[in-house]
Amino acid sequence: MKWDVRRIREWKFYEHPQGATILEAGNSLYYQTGSWRTFRPVWIGEKCTHCLYCFIFCPDAAVKVSKEKIAGFDYEHCKGCGICATECPREAIEMVEEQRESDR
Amino acid sequence: MTAKKKVAAITANVACAYAMKQIDPDVVPAYPITPQTTIMEEFSNYVADGAVNTRLMRVESEHSAMSAAIGASAAGARVMTATSSQGLALMWEMLYIASALRLPIVMQNVNRALSAPINIHCDHSDSMGARDAGWIQLFSENAQEAYDNTIQAVKIAEDMRVRLPVMVLYDGFIVSHAIDRVELLDDEVVKDFIGDFKPVYSLLDVDNPVTVGPFDSLNGYYFEFKRMQEEVMRRAKSVIIKVGEEFMKVSGRSYGLFETYQIEDAEYVLVLLGSAAGTARVAVDNLRQQGIRIGLLKLRVFRPFPFEEIAKALNSAKIVAVLDRSISPGSQGGPVFQEVCSALYSFDCSPVIVNYIYGLGGREIELAHFFKVVSDLEDLSEKRSKESFVRYLNLRE
Repeated sequence: MKWDVRRIREWKFYEHPQGATILEAGNSLYYQTGSWRTFRPVWIGEKCTHCLYCFIFCPDAAVKVSKEKIAGFDYEHCKGCGICATECPREAIEMVEEQRESDR
Repeated sequence: MTAKKKVAAITANVACAYAMKQIDPDVVPAYPITPQTTIMEEFSNYVADGAVNTRLMRVESEHSAMSAAIGASAAGARVMTATSSQGLALMWEMLYIASALRLPIVMQNVNRALSAPINIHCDHSDSMGARDAGWIQLFSENAQEAYDNTIQAVKIAEDMRVRLPVMVLYDGFIVSHAIDRVELLDDEVVKDFIGDFKPVYSLLDVDNPVTVGPFDSLNGYYFEFKRMQEEVMRRAKSVIIKVGEEFMKVSGRSYGLFETYQIEDAEYVLVLLGSAAGTARVAVDNLRQQGIRIGLLKLRVFRPFPFEEIAKALNSAKIVAVLDRSISPGSQGGPVFQEVCSALYSFDCSPVIVNYIYGLGGREIELAHFFKVVSDLEDLSEKRSKESFVRYLNLRE
């Protein structure tokens, strides 16, 4: 049976997989877990050597890579842990406080 | 049915270890505690002798025993363990996890009082405290029932409509350490009866990766999962009955939700569970000879509680006396009493219902105590009193 978790909000109590088991790997793609973030990583292109340390260390696979080069962050899933900024040998990632819409 | 009956004179713990040998579970994580210990002593002999394929894990506590049981079960193994009293109490948080993850673990809990004061003898406080943990609970009167319930528990737990852990309960020392006549099934009969273990989801199934035990926050689905557990528990009732009928075919011994004795025309009915049912049956025979219309209802399945069936069985009685071998301080009577009251009230049944607490910490219950109960009931009947009460049997008061 295929479980389309995108419709989970509509599931009745008897429609969930038993034991609260999650049956599909990688379904966090469907959830925008980036809303937890208080600091966002900002990429400074001119300092970056594309060593990809940030990509390797990111626990949420939220560093985007294209043709072996950094291509920015997936802000829908980045939780702002700052590991990328800490590990970056060139200080090419800055953690900037998220602002309320009204402060912008 | 097998042609020749194999009969042994053994204790319930030895009988349960023998059932485990026949079941041959994949993993058994265990920690010793009186009066359960001799199950695992005996079972570890089978492991050492190579009579089973079981991986026996000697863990450092009951909390670890249940944790390991959960891990192994989620990995797709058939898992059993056993405990008593403080051991069950130490398993507490893991009990809820086993049932909520819908893992068909089977465990004997040999009923023993909870400290303090420290006491190793029988009462039902340990498993009654775990009654809301989401486990199916099967009570056994004697060694035969403990053996039979252990085998049936595997089939009930693993039924695809159920997938819940099952506790097999019997009285510490009175049943666990007393030598009794036990009819044993052939290994092949047990093997065929329980069938192969079929995991629903397995952590070891790398082609179908799953997440077991995820976080479920506010705005999540916790409420839905709890309601589902409740629904499955309700559904388990018919599976328990069906497994009982199938067991009858291979063993010649019949099992239902409860057993009744002489209740058809009974004015007074005693309701209880566990080993005291044997004494109660003799009391009923004695009192029947004196012309007193009395019967007995011995519960086997406490979770799921058979509300409707019990209400039906007790409806024509005048007075029902429920005997509880555990105490629930601050409540109106013991747990069995509360459930029976709830059943009778919900189905608009008329009998007066009273409660006796007995046997705490292994306190004896003898024929005289049952006669005392019945003389109380006759008093009530004469006074036409509708008043309920909670009394204590064989207490210094």
